[in-house]
Amino acid sequence: MSETLSGTPRPSPLREQTTLAASAGRIWGMVLRYWYVIRSSWPRTAELIYWPLVQMLMWGFLQSYLAQTSSFAAKAAGLFIGAVLLWDVLVRSQLGFSVAFLEEIWSRNLGHLMMSPLRPAEFVAALMLVSLIKLLVAMVPVAVLAHLFFGFNVLSLGIAFAAFFANLVIMSWSLGLISIGVVLRWGLGAESFAWLIVFVFLPICCVYYPVATLPAWLQPVALALPPTYVFEGLRAIVLEGAFVGHLMVKAFALNVVYVALGFAVFGYFLQSARVHGSLVQMGE
Amino acid sequence: MQKTTHPRNGGQPPPPVEVRALRKVYRDITAVDGIDFSLASGSITALLGGNGAGKTTTISMLMGLVVPTSGEARVFGADMARERHQVLHRMNFESPYVDVPMRLTVRQNLEIFGRLYGVRDLKGRITATSEEFRLTELIDRPYGKLSAGQKTRVSIAKALLNEPELLLLDEPTASLDPDTADWVRSKIEHYCRGRAATIVLASHNMAEVERLADRVIMLEKGRVIADETPAELISRFGRANLEEVFLAIARRGADEAQRSP
Repeated sequence: MSETLSGTPRPSPLREQTTLAASAGRIWGMVLRYWYVIRSSWPRTAELIYWPLVQMLMWGFLQSYLAQTSSFAAKAAGLFIGAVLLWDVLVRSQLGFSVAFLEEIWSRNLGHLMMSPLRPAEFVAALMLVSLIKLLVAMVPVAVLAHLFFGFNVLSLGIAFAAFFANLVIMSWSLGLISIGVVLRWGLGAESFAWLIVFVFLPICCVYYPVATLPAWLQPVALALPPTYVFEGLRAIVLEGAFVGHLMVKAFALNVVYVALGFAVFGYFLQSARVHGSLVQMGE
Repeated sequence: MQKTTHPRNGGQPPPPVEVRALRKVYRDITAVDGIDFSLASGSITALLGGNGAGKTTTISMLMGLVVPTSGEARVFGADMARERHQVLHRMNFESPYVDVPMRLTVRQNLEIFGRLYGVRDLKGRITATSEEFRLTELIDRPYGKLSAGQKTRVSIAKALLNEPELLLLDEPTASLDPDTADWVRSKIEHYCRGRAATIVLASHNMAEVERLADRVIMLEKGRVIADETPAELISRFGRANLEEVFLAIARRGADEAQRSP
């Protein structure tokens, strides 16, 4: 409560700031901010769907062709489409997270956010929710089309799909935290890092082939990454009809480590940005 | 609203702004070099100085966006390097160099910032603010499609949405036509006098500073070289107005400018 010049107490125009409800209100405010952007532009929505759709069609037609010439490919119906859909879960979720953050720099709004009562953890929570929203906008139509065009129903994977999805999304948040930390510290000069970081994992996570395909020295690296277990799990379910639970447990345990690492890196670079003054000079 | 008391003030509310031995060094550049000042509640203080004098760094440390190398910047008693979230809801900021999202409408922007600051009766507050800042006609237009003057009105509306007790303004009338600039100054003045709010103003417009400020803190190379009222400053330097004082100091240094009016 503040006072007017006459000394009369004036009721506060603000709600209590420290409650969970206040925190939820700030997170919701940020989710709305990104939702309004998505809603205001149909090209942006189309862009979300475009690449997963192209990928799904390409791998779907390739698999249809191979199924006519190879007994393995015929048996493994859905393997490529399933892999490409799950890979896009990782990519779209990480990009959804990182690009939402980049929007603040592109629109020169980061200074306003950083000096508002929005806390870093709330900002991150909003980015996580937005990545999920963008993921759903992108992947639901593509999954429906995969079912219609190629008869691959991602929901037929059942509980395994939920486990695959959750592990990939959590990993994408870890990568997102690291990438926005780097951008916070080094500005838009490091923007390409946020766009490209996830693609380092494409060959190593064995999206389209088993871990045994990799050279021996690279296999421990692959096995230290949660998505590897997801794609191994997908192959087990499509080829053998078995949901291998311990693969998902290992993926989840590794994800706990990576999320902790992601938060630590983000926190370190945020503090570093405050020390070096890069929050007020955010740009190229 | 949560208030912070300070043991050094004997349980009394601490001053809105208290800066002690504040220093910021970027590698080999000293941006702020051990400055001290304290601001009274309800005052308008101008931070003046040429480019690179340390104004922006000082304001950034007051907002907690930059961590001091040594010393402290306290706002309502909170150390802004470590405790900024205790008081950020009681402050706000406006600068032509920081935008709100371009694609969002004025209403959407005000709604989002209202939610971030936890404004009660947000819808009513947006309506009242829109009327006060002549934004009713623009309320559903994207911010990016507004003119510079209209954008400034939106930015000031955003800055006053939470009725801040401390308002930091970085060149609030830069690049505005004289009529709009005068309108903005009137709003700032009216808000400060009506709400007993404390305002820190960084500006290169000396006429604006003379009109608004109760006190001028002049910085040069990161140090305070003058700290008094505009009238005292003009009188001490024997000049006709603040612009002449500023030019004399900028060109010759404070000591020499005072010796040779």
